[in-house]
Amino acid sequence: MKFLLKVIKDFPWFLWSGWGSIASIFLFLALWELGFQTYGELILPSPKMVFESMGMLLSDPSFHMDLYLTVKRGLIGFSVSLLLGTLLGLIAGYFVTASVMSRPIVTILVGIPPIAWIVLAMIWFGLGDMTVIFTVVIASFPIVFVGALQGSRTIEGDLKEMMESFHIGFLQKVMDLYFPHLFSYLFPSWVSALGMSWKIVIMAELLSSSDGIGASLAVARSHLDTPLALALVSVIIGVLFFVEYIVLEPIKQEVESWRN
Amino acid sequence: MAQLRIGELNFYYGFTQILKGIDFSLEEGKIISIVGPSGGGKTTLLKLCAGLLDVVEGEIDNSFSSSAFAFQDPRLLPWKTSLENIMMPLHVKIKERELKEKATALALKFGLEKSDLLKHPKDLSGGMRQRVSFARALIGEPKLLFLDEPFSALDIGLKKELQSFVLEACEKQKMSVLFITHDLMEAIKLSDTILLLKSDPGEIVARYAIETSQKERDDAFVFEQTKGFLEDALIREIFEIKVNA
Repeated sequence: MKFLLKVIKDFPWFLWSGWGSIASIFLFLALWELGFQTYGELILPSPKMVFESMGMLLSDPSFHMDLYLTVKRGLIGFSVSLLLGTLLGLIAGYFVTASVMSRPIVTILVGIPPIAWIVLAMIWFGLGDMTVIFTVVIASFPIVFVGALQGSRTIEGDLKEMMESFHIGFLQKVMDLYFPHLFSYLFPSWVSALGMSWKIVIMAELLSSSDGIGASLAVARSHLDTPLALALVSVIIGVLFFVEYIVLEPIKQEVESWRN
Repeated sequence: MAQLRIGELNFYYGFTQILKGIDFSLEEGKIISIVGPSGGGKTTLLKLCAGLLDVVEGEIDNSFSSSAFAFQDPRLLPWKTSLENIMMPLHVKIKERELKEKATALALKFGLEKSDLLKHPKDLSGGMRQRVSFARALIGEPKLLFLDEPFSALDIGLKKELQSFVLEACEKQKMSVLFITHDLMEAIKLSDTILLLKSDPGEIVARYAIETSQKERDDAFVFEQTKGFLEDALIREIFEIKVNA
């Protein structure tokens, strides 16, 4: 509770530190406008047109449904890979044999391109939710797994021995040693897995689903509706920005304050 | 009376014998130091006594009610502040507020500044970290303290200061200390008994008792005794002293 209060208290300062990022976003928009003036609106519609089209999207109830569906699929896939990856990774890290055995499997999982998984998933599960969620899980699972594996393999023997010399109980060991150490490995891996999930969910939907943002993107492509496509992309990026900078970053700064 | 008794202790890493026939006992309020060259199994012996390694052959009988360990390196938890690190051993045992007061008082006594208490270990100097580590070892008022060359990386002033804290705790709380060092002067200054450990395999080859009480051991006494020790043929052989000092 105290921790949550501190996160909220520090939040305005965190926002204030965002001016630099905002300046770079505006610079990007200016370059975009330059591109529009050079190539014309079929290739690159102006930011203004895209934002208008985004405004229309956001006031459209059927788009809300699509956004909700995509977020839901992404979150389910992400949560499953988070739980599974963390749990299996920690277990694998605990046993030397398991960590040695799991390495080539992880390499295989990382090596297979997500697009190949989508094809396989479409054959196995047909078109629909399951295909999308499966692809998300299979693509982001290895990231979390490797993070958890490395976390549990690198717990310092010296610190463990120190705790034992003071006859510290298991529960306090978890709170004071294992959790802070593991978290410094797990959290970054969760963040990259979340980014991965979000990208994969769009791609899987584009190829295998009739609803969701990915499917809307497929429609925009077939109508050659560039403003709509770019508006969808902007929404996708907007969601990512929100989650990463407004939700995750403040938590990370609080928990990892001992580092800097 | 509580005591730590070691009898016929042997220890092996693989097929290499590290310790051979170790035999001594440590009584309440006494200080025993184990002196010997580096790599002679001193740390292994200390860890066995502290229960950090399993005894395979021989006997270790520890009837002290509590013990603590100060390592050569500070081994602080990097994600905790100095104060939280000091509080760590007693965290679940006494109330937070009481503990905080106790830890703060102890830290200030050990020469830490108020502003240091909220710093994380990486923002402290090496000497400060060692003070924190020492405060952490002593906060639980252990009946038995294991010291693994904790003074070796410190400057002379800090060394003397921390040594006097150990002596004080021995006198006031009847604390016993088992401590290992390769510094003869340190051993002569602090201990009631000095055990000389030769290496390959680690074996106690000599025992020296110092009768003079620790309070009366001034620098002249320590120098004089050290000189005597350094002239001892056995010690010269064990430490492989080849040139004449």
